[in-house]
Amino acid sequence: MNVEQSQSTPLELCIRSAAETDLQAIMTFDERSNKDANPRYWQEMFARYGADESKQLFLVCESGHEIVGFIIGEVRDWEFGSNPCGWVFALGVRPDIRLSGVATQLYGAMCEFFRNAGVTKMRTMLARQDIDSLSFFRSQGMMAGPYLQLEKDI
Amino acid sequence: MKLQQSTLLGLYAVLELAKADGEQLSAADIADKFDVSINHLAKVLRILVKAGQLQAARGAGGGYRYSGSAKRTTLMDVIELFEPVSIEGFEHRDAPYHSDVEAGLAVALTEISEMMQATLRSITIRTMLKIMEGTTRQR
Repeated sequence: MNVEQSQSTPLELCIRSAAETDLQAIMTFDERSNKDANPRYWQEMFARYGADESKQLFLVCESGHEIVGFIIGEVRDWEFGSNPCGWVFALGVRPDIRLSGVATQLYGAMCEFFRNAGVTKMRTMLARQDIDSLSFFRSQGMMAGPYLQLEKDI
Repeated sequence: MKLQQSTLLGLYAVLELAKADGEQLSAADIADKFDVSINHLAKVLRILVKAGQLQAARGAGGGYRYSGSAKRTTLMDVIELFEPVSIEGFEHRDAPYHSDVEAGLAVALTEISEMMQATLRSITIRTMLKIMEGTTRQR
């Protein structure tokens, strides 16, 4: 059985732009950080995506003054011959607070940012094994797109 | 991959009853809608009841209603009640292959199989209902 985002526990959530002081909280629950904690990675992410909000956006979700989720996205122009589109390349929710609508609200805020930036398509890329995330993005209406990701050990 | 008739009937029944949002439908209603044999469908419905996906009400005016969790049940959960999911004629195995042809094909077919499984495991019944709403609006 699978788990999809739901609104089973209503929470007061506040979505806002990320601040540098949020990074420590994000690192405590981001899965990539947990595997290989890397404060410098997050400093670089913040410097790149938290500063200029014309084409990039780094949002956090607060509940009771605690950071419970984040999303990072970017408008990319003419990549792979595609029209400009919005890429979501990081989304995380604190594990104990999942299924409370956090990801749905962050996703909605990112959609609005992309629409305001003039793009009409959004994309993301996920591991085939990451069924929970796949299921979440599909529940928001996302489907497999026209591109296939290929790779090789070199 | 070619789904067996029972599997397709299982998916039809689950989706039709989940769409009915708690309303009861008879086996005859479902069989008529999809133009399928009621006898075959009855066997499929029994499997779905046993798996907890449907609830059956007996007697006059009896029928079936969806009782699964649309948010948690995936297409794969329903399909696996009827058949294992694999590419027809190919089963992954740990034993060595007899030839480079067989081993090479296994690499390509494993890729297809993994993509298929990820798709079926990540689409819930609720997501399917949204997809169905979208296709209805387009028509």
